[in-house]
Amino acid sequence: MYSLVIDIIKVIVIASAVLTLIPVLIWWERKGAAYIQDRRGPNRANIFGIRLGGLIHNIADVFKLLFKEDIIPQQAHKLIYLIAPIIVMGVAVSTLAVIPFTAPVKLGDFVIKMQIADLNVGIIYILAIASLGVYGVILAGWSSNNVYSLFGGLRSSAQMISYEVAMGLALLSVIMSSGTVRLDEIAALQGINILEWNFIRQPLAFILFLTCLFAETNRNPFDLPEGESELVAGYHTEYSSMKFALFFMAEYAHIIVGSMILVSLFFGGWQIPFLSTEFMHDNMNALLKLALPVVSVSSIAAGVLLMRRTKKFGWGDARDFEPLVFGLPAVIFGFIIGIAAVFSIYLNEYAVSIITAAAQGAIFLVKTLFFCWLFIWVRWTLPRFRYDQLMKLGWQIMVPLALINIIITGIVISR
Amino acid sequence: MEYIVLSVIIFCIGVAGILLRRNLIIILMSVELMLSASNISFVAFSKMHGNLDGQAVVLLLYVLAACEAAVGLAIIVGLFRLKGSVDIQLFRDLKK
Amino acid sequence: MIFYLIAFGIVVTAILTIASRNSVVSALWLVACLFAQAILMVTLEAHLVAAMQVLLYAGAIMVLILFVIMLLNLTPKELKWKFIAGERLILGSGVIYLAGVMGLALWIIYKKGASFVPAAGGGTAGTVEAVGKLLLTKYALPFELVSVTLLVAIVGAILTGRGK
Repeated sequence: MYSLVIDIIKVIVIASAVLTLIPVLIWWERKGAAYIQDRRGPNRANIFGIRLGGLIHNIADVFKLLFKEDIIPQQAHKLIYLIAPIIVMGVAVSTLAVIPFTAPVKLGDFVIKMQIADLNVGIIYILAIASLGVYGVILAGWSSNNVYSLFGGLRSSAQMISYEVAMGLALLSVIMSSGTVRLDEIAALQGINILEWNFIRQPLAFILFLTCLFAETNRNPFDLPEGESELVAGYHTEYSSMKFALFFMAEYAHIIVGSMILVSLFFGGWQIPFLSTEFMHDNMNALLKLALPVVSVSSIAAGVLLMRRTKKFGWGDARDFEPLVFGLPAVIFGFIIGIAAVFSIYLNEYAVSIITAAAQGAIFLVKTLFFCWLFIWVRWTLPRFRYDQLMKLGWQIMVPLALINIIITGIVISR
Repeated sequence: MEYIVLSVIIFCIGVAGILLRRNLIIILMSVELMLSASNISFVAFSKMHGNLDGQAVVLLLYVLAACEAAVGLAIIVGLFRLKGSVDIQLFRDLKK
Repeated sequence: MIFYLIAFGIVVTAILTIASRNSVVSALWLVACLFAQAILMVTLEAHLVAAMQVLLYAGAIMVLILFVIMLLNLTPKELKWKFIAGERLILGSGVIYLAGVMGLALWIIYKKGASFVPAAGGGTAGTVEAVGKLLLTKYALPFELVSVTLLVAIVGAILTGRGK
């Protein structure tokens, strides 16, 4: 009974956390693109003068998409047209089920696995669900009854099938060297030493997997399915309003989930470098004595620096007080942490466990966000492949390299 | 044994598809349906006897299903090039 | 109870597969049917098989079939439901066939008294480790032979599908 409640809480917390990351990532993409192209990016939308550096644009976007006319083409196959975006989004989110976010949390006798479903098929589940993602794209292309959409869908299905092969083969060598297909065991096995993480042990597999991830998420340099100079917008040309928003959000959900899988497989998952779970558990009070003052001082300093910008530009309206939105809470937070550090609150065992898990979850999030940034960075830096180059890369370079990697791994682990 | 009955029903639906439909691709899909019906009974037998041999055989069957689909689709594409249609009634000649 | 729910789903989707006019819709119903079968296999504790069912059948084979349907760009006229000539004969023989197979299955079940044997030591869960070990020891030879079949199928498909 308890386990069911815990499972439901886990599903709600994890799903809403990832869905909250999507608008942040969209904002990040716009700002990142702007700074790469040497411009300021979105900074006009505001609520009473509060702009939050362009983050308010997302709210404006949501309202725009909600109130746009929802067009269904007359010749479209209605049911499939409606189902396609749901499949795309559902596939992107349901992969989350097997990702371990922290080490198992011990609360007295309870051991809570921070993973929605502890399946013994682990990675195979991820591959299976990911292979269903093709349907959303190919059906969206077909049901729109538009030549450009159909071409986009066909291109994308061919691309995804091709790169799934290389992805599976790249993962095989990781499975071989780890000796398990469970993601939590793979994350735990990598240990706290950075040099033992899988991206050092399996560098070729890491590069192949990263490339396949770009292809699977249909991101630049593999975004031929929606290459706007050739296919208008590819498979979602005919979609408008919230149905388009689902495709748009699914792209970012794919990036987040893909980064999480990548981190779990190759970058130690929730492992904090050089700090094991047991060590943190035993020395939490000492660690907090070190960490809390640093957090406190840096938070107050950042808040004060931000607040000094108040009234700097002299607009004479609400924009003058914009820095206070982040500045004041940062200072208050810093003081609270500082008081906590001075009086050194006694932590019982449960609190220690929860803080350990929170730290591990935070480091997992940081690693994930780094790879999300890598996706954005690559998109605005590299040009797009030509289609024959894409296929040649997939079948003639990546698949043989993955096979060679498997053979090398086999030789190494059989010694 | 409900599982075996279910398997037989699925198998017979597949047979009906082959007999009744004229679209070659749907006939190919009916063959896939029959293969998957056999998979159900293999897994059910595996559970029934308490060993995993049935499941191992199913994994081998998946590979055979993939082979069958690949060759079948290649033949269908070839036939489509020949007559410009996938209607099975058009293919009555033994040679071109 | 849950078995009957899933079984009902499987049968309905299987019938819709062969009854749909449009071959794309038909393929989608087959995907749904295979997915329901995967759920049934999960209830039978065949986890690896269920995952492979989704990965290989729904994810690879059916995508290939959909791809070919879209590649051939079948006109709506060709996608229509049509009986082959002599429908009565076919229906009659089909019913007889169905009755025969069903009768045979029931007879075997009756004769053998087949029933679930409780698992010896509870070791029947089809985990990756257990099935994989069996596949690479007892079924090593069929496993290798199947790979040869795959190679032959690839060569055959390329030779057949290659244009003049």
